[in-house]
Amino acid sequence: MNIILLLIRRNVTLVIFLALQALSLTMLFRFNRYHKSIVSALYNEMAGSVNLRYDGILRYFSLRAQNEELLRQNTRLLNELRSNFDRPDTARLTAPLGKEPDRRFLFLPAKVISNQVSARKNYILLHRGAAQGVAVNMAVVSPAGVVGTVVQTSPNMCLAMSLLHAQSKVVAVLKKGSGFGEVFWDGLDPRFLTLAKLPQTVRVSRGDTVVTSSYSDKYPPGYIIGVVDKVMNDQGTNTYNLRVQSAVEFQSLQHAFVVANLQAIEMDSLTRKLQDPND
Amino acid sequence: MTEIMRSVWRALAFLAVQVLLLDSIPPLHRFLTPSIYLLFLLWLPLRVGQLQLLFLSFVYGSVMDMFSHTPGLHASACIWVAFARPGLIQLLMPRQEEDAIRVEPSLLSMGLVPYATYLLLLTLLHHGWVVFLEWLDLGDLVYFFIKVLATTLLSLLMMAVTELAFRRDPADDRR
Repeated sequence: MNIILLLIRRNVTLVIFLALQALSLTMLFRFNRYHKSIVSALYNEMAGSVNLRYDGILRYFSLRAQNEELLRQNTRLLNELRSNFDRPDTARLTAPLGKEPDRRFLFLPAKVISNQVSARKNYILLHRGAAQGVAVNMAVVSPAGVVGTVVQTSPNMCLAMSLLHAQSKVVAVLKKGSGFGEVFWDGLDPRFLTLAKLPQTVRVSRGDTVVTSSYSDKYPPGYIIGVVDKVMNDQGTNTYNLRVQSAVEFQSLQHAFVVANLQAIEMDSLTRKLQDPND
Repeated sequence: MTEIMRSVWRALAFLAVQVLLLDSIPPLHRFLTPSIYLLFLLWLPLRVGQLQLLFLSFVYGSVMDMFSHTPGLHASACIWVAFARPGLIQLLMPRQEEDAIRVEPSLLSMGLVPYATYLLLLTLLHHGWVVFLEWLDLGDLVYFFIKVLATTLLSLLMMAVTELAFRRDPADDRR
């Protein structure tokens, strides 16, 4: 204590100088609007950046809950899509989800259990099965784009053939216009798909969006598949061969939707009648 | 005329010139306003003690701030000057003669070069601090230095004119 007092006494000029300086700076920053605003802006900036970082960390903790919430929301919104309905007329009453008379597509959320991209024939295991309304040949999509097709079901799980499969084939169109082709995988790079059989009468350029066609009986029409990355002419057949960058990142797939076509049975029976006139 | 009365008159005169004349004319090249009021602190007698000097400059700067509506700005700069003044005088005027204690810093008591250095350094300190506090942002450093240097030069010119107009003879004090 004595030492402190001694120090103060020895440096009394410095202490008084600092005190007066503090006093005048306080006046400066308190009574001048410009200086006050600068200081408060600085404080806000500092506090803001700290809060921002803290908030960024806190967000990680609620990530799972938020993901689930988003998934619920996505399911609801996807089921609201107009393209899910085939409406002969509008004079119908609304019914509970999945029971609407003119609903064509129903999105069922499913968690991805396992997933592969490295093989020639890749499969995805989803946590939703026959007991929850999944049947073979239903489409699988993710919020980002088309994923594949269900090939096997068990009561609580289903196995889907990924787009990255030698036998997968999706009817696709360019979002901007006419002409349809087939999307398949050449088995090389999991990021890229091939769109073939697109007639060369269609104008294609890099960056065009490739979506599912309304001719497909599995996929909801207009669902994104990917973006044209490279245009190659197929000399022999007068069609395009397009390299398409997949909209889905197959390596990091976590949530998917199984899409049920509620009118598939009706369509099938109609087609079968046509093929087998004796029936 | 006693020393105190003379100082009071000087303070009033400097403040009047500064506020009524220099601060009310449009800034030269739109951004240079010379200050002369600082000269009061530079002219204070040597025997004024360090603490007295600090308090005096705080009060003086605050009065200046009252007229320029910038509370704290000139006070802060004046305290800097008061803090730096005794050391600088020690440095520039090492021989403290017996009667020199009574004298004020001036052309005659210090000699041309030390006195000019004294004025230059303290004015530079004052103006640099004032401009820094006014902007609170060094911004374009070149622009900052140009403003400080140009204002200092302008102020020094005003001070030189004042020195020539009002010659202070240390002999007056001895009488």
